[in-house]
Parts: sequence; C-alpha cells; structure tokens
Amino acid sequence: MHIHFLDPYHAGRSPIHQLDPRVKLVLAVAFILTASLLPFGAWPSYILLLALILSIELLTEMGIAYFLKRAFLALPFMLAALPLIFTVQGTPLATFTLGAWTFTISVEGVERVASIAFKSWVSVQMAIVLASTTSFPQLLAAMRALRIPKLLVAIFGLMWRYIFVLADEALRLLRARAARSGARRDAPYKTGGTLAWRARVTGGMAGSLLVRSFERGDRIYAAMAARGYDGETRTLPLPALQTWHWLVLGAGLIIYILIWLVGALIV
Amino acid sequence: MHHTIQVHNLVFKYPDGTRALDDVSFTIAPGEKVALVGPNGAGKSTLILHLNGILRGEGQVRVAGMEVGANANLPKIRAAVGLVFQDPDDQLFSPTVFDDVAFGPLYQGLPEKEVRARVAAALAAVHMQDYAARVSHHLSVGQKKRIAIATTLSMEPEILVLDEPTAGLDPRARRDVIKLLRELPQTMLIATHDLRMVAELLPRTLVMDQGRVVADRATPALLDDEAFLLAHGLEKP
Amino acid sequence: MLSAPLAPPAMHIPDGFLSVFVAVTLWIVTIVIVAIALHRVSADLGERQVPMMGVLAAAIFAGQMLNFPVAGGTSGHLLGAALATILMGPWAAIIIMTCVLGIQGLIFQDGGLLAMGANIFNMGIVGVIVTHFVYRSVRALAGGKPWGIFVGGFLSAWLSVIIAALVTALELALSGTSPANIAVPAMGGIHILIGLGEGLITVGALAFLYFVRPDLLNVGEAKPAGASVWIAGLVVALAIALASPLASSFPDGLEWVAEQQGFLHIAQSAPYQIIPDYALPGIANKELATILAGIVGVLLVFGAAFGIAYARRKDRAPQAASRTLN
Repeated sequence: MHIHFLDPYHAGRSPIHQLDPRVKLVLAVAFILTASLLPFGAWPSYILLLALILSIELLTEMGIAYFLKRAFLALPFMLAALPLIFTVQGTPLATFTLGAWTFTISVEGVERVASIAFKSWVSVQMAIVLASTTSFPQLLAAMRALRIPKLLVAIFGLMWRYIFVLADEALRLLRARAARSGARRDAPYKTGGTLAWRARVTGGMAGSLLVRSFERGDRIYAAMAARGYDGETRTLPLPALQTWHWLVLGAGLIIYILIWLVGALIV
Repeated sequence: MHHTIQVHNLVFKYPDGTRALDDVSFTIAPGEKVALVGPNGAGKSTLILHLNGILRGEGQVRVAGMEVGANANLPKIRAAVGLVFQDPDDQLFSPTVFDDVAFGPLYQGLPEKEVRARVAAALAAVHMQDYAARVSHHLSVGQKKRIAIATTLSMEPEILVLDEPTAGLDPRARRDVIKLLRELPQTMLIATHDLRMVAELLPRTLVMDQGRVVADRATPALLDDEAFLLAHGLEKP
Repeated sequence: MLSAPLAPPAMHIPDGFLSVFVAVTLWIVTIVIVAIALHRVSADLGERQVPMMGVLAAAIFAGQMLNFPVAGGTSGHLLGAALATILMGPWAAIIIMTCVLGIQGLIFQDGGLLAMGANIFNMGIVGVIVTHFVYRSVRALAGGKPWGIFVGGFLSAWLSVIIAALVTALELALSGTSPANIAVPAMGGIHILIGLGEGLITVGALAFLYFVRPDLLNVGEAKPAGASVWIAGLVVALAIALASPLASSFPDGLEWVAEQQGFLHIAQSAPYQIIPDYALPGIANKELATILAGIVGVLLVFGAAFGIAYARRKDRAPQAASRTLN
C-alpha cells in the first residue's frame, strides 16, 4: 500500500486548472498579501475576499466542500491568538474571576481574534486552491520563470520525486516496528519500554532512513551522471504569456487593490 | 482447538475506494505451512498486514483464538504473529543485530536475563549466533533476511508470516533460507513468487488475484493446472 | 494510526498570523541568507550534492512521520533541522530545510505562503545556526571523543527547537496576533518538552549513524582552535533559551511588552495612513459598505457559476465530436 494520495493535486480541466501557473502563483500570493494587509475588523473587505475565494473554488469544479474541509488545517494555531481576547484593551464585554485573577474580555480583543481567524481561513483556502489545481511540475516551471535560482528549483524537483518513495519507506519502518510491539499472553510485565528507549528506537529508524537516503543519493547522482548531468539543469521554458493571461493577472490585481481600499479607507 | 488463522469475509478499501481485498475467507490450522501466491498488486501484502492488525478492514480476522478487531487484543496478537517484511532494511533499524533482535522482548517488558536468553535462542535458530555485536546494515542480504526472521522469533510467536522471503537472494542464500524455514516449527503463511520453493516446502497454496482468493488447493494439484496458473499471471516452475 | 504524515503544526505559522511588516522583513532576510547558502553550497560542494540534498530533504520530510508515543495520546516527532546540520553542515542544511518547509507550505498548507519566509527563518535558519554553534562547540570541548557527538547532538537539537519556538513567539507578538507575555513563556515552555523528544530522537539517529556510517559524522575531527568563540555561542544560546521565558513572566516583562506594542502600533498603522481622508464618496459608512460587499460577493459567485456553465459547454462540444468518430 502506497501513500501517493498524499499529493493534493487533482487533475482537471476547469478554468482554474488551465490558468498559467505563473499567473496562478502570483495571484495566490497577492491574495494572501491582500488579506494580511487589511486592518483588523475590516469586515466588508473580508466578505469580499470570502466571496472571491468561494467563486474561485466553484470554478475549479472540485466542489466547495473539499476546500472547506481542508481549510481547518490552520485551526490549532488559533490557540496562539486566543489570549488576545483578554489582553487587548478596550470596551469590556464580560468579566470573570478565577481564584486571584480577574479576566476581562474586550470587544476589540474578540474582534481581533475573529479577524486573525478569518484572514487565516481565507488565505489557507487560496493555498489549497493553488496546490490542488496546479501540478508540481507546473509549480516548478512557475518558480523557474519567477527567477527562483535554478539550483534551488532543481533540488525542489528531486525532493518531490523522492518524497513518496521515502514516505513509503518511513511507513514500512513504522509498520515493522508496530508488528513487533507486542505483549506476552500471560502479561505480568509493563510493555513499551522506557520513554528514552522508545525515542532512541525512533532515532534509529530516522538514522536508517538517512543512511539509505545517502546511498540513494549516490546512486541517483551516478544515474544522472550516466546521462550526461554536469550540474546544470536544463528544462524547456514555459510558453510566453498570452494576452488573456495578462488580462486575468491585471484584473485579479485590480480586484485585490479595490478590496484593500474598501478595507483601508472605510473602516 | 482453535484455528490459528481464521479470516472471514474480509474487505479492505483504499481511501480512493479501490477494493484491495474483496471478500477474502480462509482458515489455517495449527502447524500448517501455506503459500500465498498471485501477481503483483493482487493484495498479498495488504492481506498480511491485516493478520496482526496493522491494517483493519471490514469482516472478521481471528488469530491464535483472538479477535484482531479488538484493541485490547492487539499487543498480544502482535506477539503471537511474527511478521517478516520483504525488505529487511525496514525491519532492522537498530545499530546492532542484538538491539534489533531484542526489540520485541524489550517492548514486552521482559527482564534483562530473559531478553538475553531470547536473543541468544533466536539467533541460534537462524544460525547467526556469532553476529549479535555486528552492525545489521553491513551484512549481506541473505544474512539480513535471517536476522529479520530472528527479530520475530525472539517474541516466541505461534505463527510466522513472511513476505517474499527469497526475493533478491542469490541461489546459495535462497537455499539457506529455505532450509531454515523447513526447520522452524511454527505455523507459516508465506507470500511469494517463488513457486519452486512453494513446491518444495509448502503443501497447501492460496492463490490471490485482484483482491480475491481464487484458489485454495493442495500445492501439487495446483501446480499441475497450467491453464489456471497462466490465467492468474503465474508460471509452472 | 498512520494518518498524519505531516509534522506537528506547533511551529509552522499559517498565513494571517503575521503582520505584513514582519512577514516581508523575514522574507527579505530569508532570501538573502538562502542566496548566500546557495552560493556557498555550489562553490564548496559541487554538482554531486544536488541529488543528495534533494533526497535528504525528502528524507527529513519523511522522517517527520516517525513518531513515538509519549503519554496521554501525545507523541514525539522529529523536526530534523539539527540532524541536517550535523550531517551536511550549516549551508546545505539551510537549503535542505528551505526545501522541506517550502513543500510543506506550498503543497500541504503546513505553514502559510506569505508566512513562509518566517517559517524558513525560524526552523531553517535559526534552527540550523543554533545547532551549528552548539554542536561544534561541544565537539570541540570533547576533543574528538565520541561523547561529543551525542552530547552535542542532544543539546543542539533541544536548543534549536526551543530557540526557534521563542523566535516564533516573538514574531507573533510583534505582529500583534499573540500577547508576548503569554506567547513567549507558553511556546518556550511547550518546546522545552517537545525539544527533549527532538534531542532524544537525534541522539538515536546519531547512534545508528555512528555504528553504520561513522564517515558521515567525521568521527575524530575536532577543531580546538576557536573553541572559546563556540563556547561563547553556547553560553549565549543557553542564556536566550533560559532567560526569555523567565523575563516575560516577571512583572517587569509587561513593560517590555507595552513597549513592543507601542512600536507595533506605529509599524502597523503606517500603511493605512498614506491616504487618510480620501474616503470613497457614497460608501462612507460601515453598514452601507457591508451591504455593498454582500452584493458584489453575490455577483462574483453568480459570475463563477456562469463561468462554469460556459466552460462545461465548451468542453462538451469536442467530446461529443470525438464520440461520433469512435
């Protein structure tokens, strides 16, 4: 059993899938930048961003539910922001005491936490749209076109190729460990060993993964060198952007600026 | 008397809905030595991972008289079933041979004296008693294979389940492993493509294809049925 | 059981949690340092290292799946910055961690895109630098004896996690998305424990490597020269690790927080005061703006639905054509 389903890319022919990866990458990052630039509590702009991302999700023809379900990934991180409901000064909303401590929840604090959650939520949806409608080779081509150093892109590409191989390897190591993590039938003993022993065994697994990766790296280099690799990665460039790509890019950026203006000037 | 392995209507689906195991049923009696053959992707490895609860499907799996579905049984089942994986490097992740063979007994919480006795006995059983202090990674594939078997023997399992024990071995190492498997008294289920070994070692054969058990017959009769073998991607040895 | 192949999200900052000021500053710092690292790696190591770094980045990514049960359903994981540094040296490790964190953010949304600069900075750069300082110092102290590998490995892995977490907490505080007097001690405290797991796993991995491939650890190599510099680095690192959580839990720490928030206020309000009085005519009040936003939103969704219908119709035509040919 392999874990190729890790790859979030869904092949498709929707307009979002067919958009040039360079344009898509720039628009996705600019969307997130717009969300981050908006001040706390700029709700009209937040609603516009949500409407925009929902429209884009509709256009992917993958079903909005897919995106909304995955978008809860960033939720645990909200814990870091939660204390703000007490620490931000402002109009008190509620007060309660816990032992010697008195906590005051402020309206401004609640608004700030809700703003952070909302910005994070729409941003992660855009990141999911990008990852699920753009294949990794397309992303690599976009990175190359956006002047990310070739060496780094080449390493990214090799890494992607072997992520699934090595994730399988890690999975098999975990299974082999689980298969021997047993208890005696007449068990009078405490199973599992000590914490330090468990950690050391896990370290051994990591070490074995690394050693095998070193050996694999040498073999890959030999195979690449055998085909004429000399340190330079040569690829075919992406075709030049067509007029409609520029139009989409321009329109997207203008929409972002308008949304930002609504938030920055009115609120 | 309980069956050693009892699988009833087992179904396992991948997250994308593909049926890797489709209504698999069979039983294996204590002391039996059974082959599991079939083309790549037939579901052999997936089935094996169900026998000690690493994967769980729908249907019933009972091993050594215990229900695999019940969480409370899992540790006991894992001690009762010795699973030997195809790639010994996946199984040997400790610095030395001793540490690897001691993993099972240490996990079980046995006292040090018994751990040492178990390791010595397991290494003796696979004729590798002089290798305890060696580094597993530097051994030959055949030696690694035997150490991998020893890592399960040290748990004193009732049943040995092996995935491709002879794959990738040179003729001599293959012969050594077959000899070793003949010596071991445990009930055995061996997934393999090596039909010559099956003919030599295992009186009964299960054939899997596309997630189903398509035959459960005496090995000699099965190996004579060339048309059937061919239909399921196999070849008469 | 094996359903979470990704690293614990404790330290991967998602988008929305950093102010643009903090995020962009850290992107710039990260780009500069990664560019230097790329330069150094291609000068020092040569083309042989390209496949090696790709595979090791994949190995660190996969290695983060390896876990061990701790207590109450929690488990210890590997982050891997320390191992990468010890095996490949600081420059290659920075590139490897950049790739790991880049893929995690870009493909798996483990950490944001705008926040990626910060995430690479915290885990890929700070983590690597701390490891390098601490590990080299301890190795030098040990004078080539093997204990230096294991003690150095443990301390460097542990401290790299703690300090990366503290830096993360400071960034959140600076962004106004987490109060410093709570975030710094909380993140620090949790990662003092999480870091222990990292340290123990790293030692286990180093023990395996020590037996199997001692050549990868440069066993016996020690640089006595400059040891004092490294020891100073170690002392500073320890001081940061121990002092930050303490400092911010003292009452005096609150003054420091107030200062930070004052600074924050200036930093944050600046971009919005560029055009302070030019409110758009007609949508000067908040309620009206909200209604208008709602209308535009509905139009956008409607437009998208229309777009789908249009795209579908266009797709169907060639399919129908090919069907008749078959």
